Amino acid sequence: MASFYAFLTGPAFVISLLVFFVGLSVRLVRYFLGLDWRLERVAYRPNMEQGMKGGLWSIYKWLLPFGTAGWRAQPFFTICFFMLHFGAVLVPLFLIGHNVVLEENFGFSLPSLPQGLADLLAVLTVIGVFFIAARRIALPEVRIITTGYDYFILALVALPFITGLIARMHWAGYDFWMICHIITGELMLILAPFTKLSHIALYFASRWQIGADFAIKRGGHSRGACFPW
Amino acid sequence: MPEGQFCNKKPVETEEELKALLGDKGGKQYYEEMLQLDVDSDKLWETVQKTCKSRTRTWLEICAHCGMCADSCFLYRVNEADPEQVPAFKIQSTLGEIIKRKGKVDNAFMRRAMEFAWARCTCCNRCSQFCPHGIDMGVMFSYLRGLLYSQGFVPWELKIGSGMHRVYQAQMDVTSEDWVETCEWMAEENGEEWPGLEIPVDKEDADIMYTLNAREPKHYPEDVAEAAILFHLAGENWTVPSKGWEQTSLAMFAGDWGACKIAVDAVYDAAERLRPKRIIGTECGHAHRASVIEGPYWAGRPDGRPPAEYIHYVQWLAEALREGKIKIDPAKRIKEKVTLQDACNYVRNHGLAKYTREIISYIVEPGYFVEMATNREYNYCCGGGGGFNGIGMFRKQRNVALRTKRDQILATGAKLVIAPCHNCWDAIRDLEEEYEIGIRWTFLKPLILSMAIVPDHLKPQEEDEE
Ligand code: SF4
Ligand code: SF4
Repeated sequence: MASFYAFLTGPAFVISLLVFFVGLSVRLVRYFLGLDWRLERVAYRPNMEQGMKGGLWSIYKWLLPFGTAGWRAQPFFTICFFMLHFGAVLVPLFLIGHNVVLEENFGFSLPSLPQGLADLLAVLTVIGVFFIAARRIALPEVRIITTGYDYFILALVALPFITGLIARMHWAGYDFWMICHIITGELMLILAPFTKLSHIALYFASRWQIGADFAIKRGGHSRGACFPW
Repeated sequence: MPEGQFCNKKPVETEEELKALLGDKGGKQYYEEMLQLDVDSDKLWETVQKTCKSRTRTWLEICAHCGMCADSCFLYRVNEADPEQVPAFKIQSTLGEIIKRKGKVDNAFMRRAMEFAWARCTCCNRCSQFCPHGIDMGVMFSYLRGLLYSQGFVPWELKIGSGMHRVYQAQMDVTSEDWVETCEWMAEENGEEWPGLEIPVDKEDADIMYTLNAREPKHYPEDVAEAAILFHLAGENWTVPSKGWEQTSLAMFAGDWGACKIAVDAVYDAAERLRPKRIIGTECGHAHRASVIEGPYWAGRPDGRPPAEYIHYVQWLAEALREGKIKIDPAKRIKEKVTLQDACNYVRNHGLAKYTREIISYIVEPGYFVEMATNREYNYCCGGGGGFNGIGMFRKQRNVALRTKRDQILATGAKLVIAPCHNCWDAIRDLEEEYEIGIRWTFLKPLILSMAIVPDHLKPQEEDEE
């Protein structure tokens, strides 16, 4: 058991991170290499400055809760969305327990969140996942586009959080839950580049592109590079 | 049966073919043949592999199926929140499927996709503003239209339309001779009221080259006259080309990219031949999209810009009013509630909202202009965009689509709608015909003409002054 645990927090941890970061980087590079000014009809290079402004603005605006007309139009979903994503981004990176493992393997660590805050974020993430899943069932306009794959992705994200929270309770079976937590967490890391979770990186690419598109081609020159998202 | 006589994978290239196709009234035989038309799956897949690259593939892949785009689409709203009108559903079940099945789709699939591409999306691009990933269905449906067109699955009217561009370099059968004649006729017809009025054809190095929509010379020659009178009034040094005057592109609606290039090349050739300081296009939205926004790319221009500064009529008009080249008689300003239609193609997609507002500030008495609820970049399509207006087989769906604009206009309480776009103008005309809400609608040109101050030296000389 102890050696299995050591494997999971040692080599498996390193490999998962490697797959995650290298995989997502490759996806990003391939995205941008695959852009084609003739096909998209956007003259990226000659208008790069304008395009950058628009692209970064478009990324930034959409990262703000209620920052865009789109977010404001759907308050319920927006709240669920940010509940899910705040935790999903911050907890894996800044949880003290993760940083200990990071330190052990790589000799450095990131700043850590106060444990109470990390707990809260993790709980909110699970609640967010729950309501987003419920919304998929409840709303006909979401149900029609929902597939099993979408639930799989939600589960992939929820499991490390749920198992992690249970382990954190230090109830009986702590070791079991901890191992489940590590396995599901690493599974998420490994699968991210190959599934819809690739949006972790590709969100930035896709948002940059549409922002640049609106800045370069669709009126940035008369409206200003920053589209009123 | 593989290829029909009318419904086939070949574009219309000759006048003879075009006339024959036009002779098939309402596309009766055309649509019958379409029932039998084979899909060339290999070619379809080959085209997809060549033209569907990371942007579109990523859009299709990372679409979160969140449905945030649903409410942004006027067709979803106006069709009573029909889940089959959710933008993500519409694209995933058409273009998404073609890719998933590697092009192995059948005739029935393609006909359904045709209905989705032309009757369930007007390529208004509004949903792109509401999707967290910035997924733009308008762009993807336009791409899908191209695939469908290349396989022969395109509404009859648009096959004709793109054929017109190929045969006449105009969306209607107006030849260069017809056009020049119309110019002469209009200059003469209005010469008495406007002494010295000219429509200079092919003048080199003018300040302005004017381009327009073929239906102006064909059906509304007075629009050509009004443009001429306003340039005359503003004292502009302007010209029209004898060739390359037609700015629109039904080919863009059809997804016939070859014809798009033919059309825009003609305009740019004219600009290169006549060397105007700038080009001004008429009050048309899709013409602006075709010749200013998309055109440079069809023409293969790496900077994405037309060969000379190319502006929309509302930009010129705002400038002429701002600089006092045209003066408005304050007594004649509009003193009734009036609203404005923002055309997707040059407002959302080219940021020109401020120019129409500026014009309004000169011609409407303060307090009388009422914005539609949700406007500028966030406007709704008129209901007839992307070719929807002109497709007979989708007339019923189009009439439902018009209800969005009807209700927006009714909510303003205005009886007068300014619609500086041919497509919007048509849609609003049709919605009045269909729903009789008692409104009037107008382009800017006649409005300005009716309230401009005419300086004495431009008025006809009284005989007794001699
Ligand atoms: S809003 Fe965007 S991500 Fe969500 S379903 Fe629509 S297209 Fe997909
Ligand atoms: S482009 Fe316009 S019509 Fe088409 S799906 Fe999006 S919102 Fe609807």
